Amino acid sequence: MQQKTLVKIVAAAFAAAAFAVPALAADTIKIGLAGPHTGDLAPYGLPSKDAAEMVVAEVNAKGGINGKKVELMVADDQCKPEIATNVATKLVSEGVNIVIGHVCSGATKAALGIYKDAKIIAISPSATNPPLTKGGEYPNFYRTIAPDDEQAKLAASFVVEKLGAKKVAVLHDKGDYGKGFADFSKEAIEKGGKAKVVMYEGIQPGAMDYSAVIQKLNKEKADAIIFGGYHPEASKLLSQMNKKRIKMPFVGPDGIKGDGFLKIAGKDAEGVYATGPMDVTKYPLNAKARADFKAKYGKEPGTFFDQAYAATLAVMNAVKVAGGTDYEAVGKALKSSEVETTVGKIKFDAKGDAEGVGFAVYQVKNGAFGEVK
Amino acid sequence: MDFEYLFQLLCGGLVKGSIYALIALGYTMVYGIIQLINFAHGEVYMIGAFVALIISGVATLSGYSGLSVLIVAAVVAAIYAAAYGFTLEKIAYRPLRGAPRLSPLISAIGASIFLMNYVQLAQTPDFLPFPELVPEFEFMEPLLQYVSSVDMVILVMTALTMVALTVLIKYTKIGKAMRATQQDQVMARLVGINVDRVISATFVIGSVLAAIGGVLIASRTGQINSAIGFMAGIKAFTAAVLGGIGNIPGAVLGGLVLGVAETLGAGYISSAYEDVFAFGLLVLILILRPAGLLGKAVKQKV
Repeated sequence: MQQKTLVKIVAAAFAAAAFAVPALAADTIKIGLAGPHTGDLAPYGLPSKDAAEMVVAEVNAKGGINGKKVELMVADDQCKPEIATNVATKLVSEGVNIVIGHVCSGATKAALGIYKDAKIIAISPSATNPPLTKGGEYPNFYRTIAPDDEQAKLAASFVVEKLGAKKVAVLHDKGDYGKGFADFSKEAIEKGGKAKVVMYEGIQPGAMDYSAVIQKLNKEKADAIIFGGYHPEASKLLSQMNKKRIKMPFVGPDGIKGDGFLKIAGKDAEGVYATGPMDVTKYPLNAKARADFKAKYGKEPGTFFDQAYAATLAVMNAVKVAGGTDYEAVGKALKSSEVETTVGKIKFDAKGDAEGVGFAVYQVKNGAFGEVK
Repeated sequence: MDFEYLFQLLCGGLVKGSIYALIALGYTMVYGIIQLINFAHGEVYMIGAFVALIISGVATLSGYSGLSVLIVAAVVAAIYAAAYGFTLEKIAYRPLRGAPRLSPLISAIGASIFLMNYVQLAQTPDFLPFPELVPEFEFMEPLLQYVSSVDMVILVMTALTMVALTVLIKYTKIGKAMRATQQDQVMARLVGINVDRVISATFVIGSVLAAIGGVLIASRTGQINSAIGFMAGIKAFTAAVLGGIGNIPGAVLGGLVLGVAETLGAGYISSAYEDVFAFGLLVLILILRPAGLLGKAVKQKV
């Protein structure tokens, strides 16, 4: 019993301290940074923290924005929705102006309602769940990463428009990632109305033989295949199709766009299409940010570093353009003012998705992936 | 009714079935002699494939090509696998020979997990490309839509193995000793059979079969990793049980039934439920014929 009381006192003291700090630093722009910084998913959150800290340090070194220093308020949500709501409430009560985060889609969704009620903008480097922007429920939400369905839509439009397919077969490996890609592709094709999905099927991952599915593809006389899944199954399908001399364009997601696929599929990989994130390393700002990071920490930056860096830059720019942290003005600035970032020159569309970030189609030629123009 | 499509599916099913049967033969032979479900059989199959990958790499680099690579790789893989089978029996099963039946079963599962992780640590957890060791025969070109060259080799190999095993067990001296060991180990010892050697030989033969299966099947699927033995083992075990475990022709029949059922189910309904057809069929057959298709009902001694 005594121990519990002690814990409570300590907790209260910490809470008091947490409230006390921002009260002292009154005239700053308070940027929240929320994501998983401990736990299993910390590798997805810590690079965002690094990125935001780097940008903020640079901005402050140049005298801040409009004469005000930027203060970063770091909050750990462990990617858990129930912790994310606590974190959001805490940030709001401490007077945060804009939040960068959260990282996981589930945690982001849980926190967004709280920010919305408090009229605070949140900009995520990594929450890819499509309805977060497209649902229209959270006008205060923006992101610097393309939503999950963009990739599938790109694959669908590529197959229909560029390859001119009329009958498309959609296959997936029954996993969340593969089936999600397949479902969104199928939806996009059916909505487009120019082509038909003649076959939509899950295959057994790890199976030794896919001859039944391949015979079915042949029977349905599909013009192209969209496959949602990873490279081992894609390679097996392709090798067995080639053995039966069945040739049709094969389009996969970023799960097959890698060296693993090229190595295993070998000559069967030739001509295969895959969608994947646009190459961002070509942007000068990206190269600089990565070089700075490497100089400071001596290693390559982690996942979502580019997107978080871009999000922080976008926020800084919007605050500068808006002349403050007013909700309406910053929102307007995000949507209208283009800014040079690590993921290219971006601004946000009406729903909050960054324009100009997204995916490209690649094709295997002579054993390497090259962008299809 | 599209007969062309049905015929293609049937051919595909037979090939798939004979893949299962090829692995199931070794499984069922070991069970037939010592009533042990050797769960590590799938891992020996995987090790056979790995050895063949390494050997074929070396052989290709030293200038060999075509069928000679396949033969060299298969022979070396078989020798390696035989050594693994021999050692496995010595370490994991022999000390438990007098123990209740559950103990060697658990030991077999342990051996399976050990071997899988051992290869994963010693080699790689990633998938590796496996070369097409079986060349594409000219005369198979018109039949491509139904069976490819490597499919043909697997079909023939399965049939040969089945006949060879049957002959071995029925007509040779070691076969006779195997049957005696199966019937009564104590009595077999009394009439001068070296039971330990017979059981070792059984494991060596089973492992050689697993390795040959591994080489042929890997060169058909074109990729291997340390986990391929697990699913192969489960499917082969299902095939063996379906046909009546311990029964050599039963393993082949079970494999073929399983392969055809999966392929027809996938072709006419949905491949998403392939495994549902396979295991649903197993449940159905075991309800109707608990000893499997060709299995003899064992009378319980009271």
